[in-house]
Amino acid sequence: MKPNPRRRFLQLAPVAALAGCAAKPDEKTEDEKLPSMVGAPIRAYGERSPHDKTKRLVPDLKRPQLGSTRAPLADTEGIITPAGLHFERHHAGVPDIDPAKHSLLIHGLVDRPLAFSMAELKRLPSESRIHFIECSGNSGGEWKAPGGPDAARSCGLASCSEWTGVSLKVLLDEAGLKKEGKWLLAEGADACKMFRSLPIEKCLADCFVAYAQNGEALRPEQGFPLRLMVPGYEGNVCVKWLRQIKVVDVPYQSREETSHYTDLLPDGTARQFSFVVDAKSIITSPSGGQKMNGAGFHEIRGLAWSGRGRIDRVDVSTDGGKTWVKATLQEPRLSMAFTRFRMPWQWDGQPVEIMSRAVDESGYVQPTREELVAARGVNSQYHYNGIKSWKIESDGSVKGA
Amino acid sequence: MRRLSLILCAIALLAQGPKYKLGHAPSDADIATTDIFIAPDGKGLPPGKGTAFDAKETYSRRCARCHGTQGQGDQEGPLVGGKDSLKTAKPLKTVGSFWPYSTTLYDYIRRAMPFDNPGLLDANQTYAVTALILHWNGIIGEKDVIDATTLPKVKMPNRDGFVKDDRPGTGAKAKKKKK
Repeated sequence: MKPNPRRRFLQLAPVAALAGCAAKPDEKTEDEKLPSMVGAPIRAYGERSPHDKTKRLVPDLKRPQLGSTRAPLADTEGIITPAGLHFERHHAGVPDIDPAKHSLLIHGLVDRPLAFSMAELKRLPSESRIHFIECSGNSGGEWKAPGGPDAARSCGLASCSEWTGVSLKVLLDEAGLKKEGKWLLAEGADACKMFRSLPIEKCLADCFVAYAQNGEALRPEQGFPLRLMVPGYEGNVCVKWLRQIKVVDVPYQSREETSHYTDLLPDGTARQFSFVVDAKSIITSPSGGQKMNGAGFHEIRGLAWSGRGRIDRVDVSTDGGKTWVKATLQEPRLSMAFTRFRMPWQWDGQPVEIMSRAVDESGYVQPTREELVAARGVNSQYHYNGIKSWKIESDGSVKGA
Repeated sequence: MRRLSLILCAIALLAQGPKYKLGHAPSDADIATTDIFIAPDGKGLPPGKGTAFDAKETYSRRCARCHGTQGQGDQEGPLVGGKDSLKTAKPLKTVGSFWPYSTTLYDYIRRAMPFDNPGLLDANQTYAVTALILHWNGIIGEKDVIDATTLPKVKMPNRDGFVKDDRPGTGAKAKKKKK
């Protein structure tokens, strides 16, 4: 029989207790009076400091499987969103998938239908790329009323990570794409088996299937064990829990590309397959809900991104849009990724309205809300990218404007 | 030697054969089980049929709790109504007022409904519930039979209501400056 450590402790305890009673406080050495300098022990997986309470914004939903959480953009630094803070959007909950049993089926208009186990996918040539994902519903509330109160509520359905996986072109070449194949259907293994149709040109250009995010396996809510990455396109097409790709001749008009994720215009028609994310930016500090800690120096910080390529410039206004100053862009400025901008600023303590405006390498300028509404009305619901401003009051409070 | 390898590469590319020879060939049965896509022309629709009249029990047991007893909406938005509302200040996007393809309805009910137990309905029940929602929207009659042949022929009221992505510029185009 092995000695039981607990039993051994119990046997020794009375002796230690007696010793404790016998010792007088003034007999302790100097060393014993000091608190231990030794910290916590080693551990297999690092967790955050208990003092760091940064969280996603979780709305109160009647069905928490059908909804989204928002990334706390004001409380992240640099361009990478930690996996645990990356926004979520699910249509029927997060499935629990055993990667040993998961496979990706590729079929339809191909010479050789193929099924890949996760192990086989990981043997193929891999690539890692940093890309944002933005839900096309991000900032959707601002169509009707521009006052989103803070960065998460106004703009938190966007995040940016490094993704690692296999180029879709490699997979389609293995299967032998037929020339009649013009669209691709990508379907997830979630309960509603959500799918989207994608044009084959985009799939061959830069799409990939990702099994890793920021150096580790995808989180379940990000599609573990496999998701599609479609750089620069609206987030919904980055199908999570990817289980099936079918090459077809026409788009299949899924629910998510007809009744949802289409942009209703004032004339009653709706724009369909409006995939590309237009250039957008948001000041994350100071931003709504924060409190200015006194007048004087503040660094204005924010994020900018575009589905059309790199961010070329971000202008910042600290006088309600009358004059603009070019912000400093943090390298690397990657195509279809978050770009961090910064600008030194002296706040005089007076009420002021601040805002940012992104310009991408295609020359596209982030529009004002007025320009956007003039072009698309207020019922578009998706793809809102108007300039967002924050009002700073003399008491230092910051509010959405 | 280098030229020879280039030629070999070119031949390999032209042949379009698999380069890595990973992955395995799925059986036809595996593909058939997984492939539940339904094309807008009806390709993929299974055998079976149903009418709006047939659907009443299935609908009240499996659908009404969320969608309302008459498709008017409850926990979820309405399935019916919204006719001529899309241009107004308060557009109501329903199957009847907005959905462009009838086949999407069958595809979505089969793959995703009922929300907490997708796949519960058989083909006849799915056709019947599809017919019921079309009927409530005034698109087909209560006794019209919906099956793989008739469903794709149902023209949705908003079939021509969608335009391709032609987002116009929403602001003055910035002139690209060389730094």
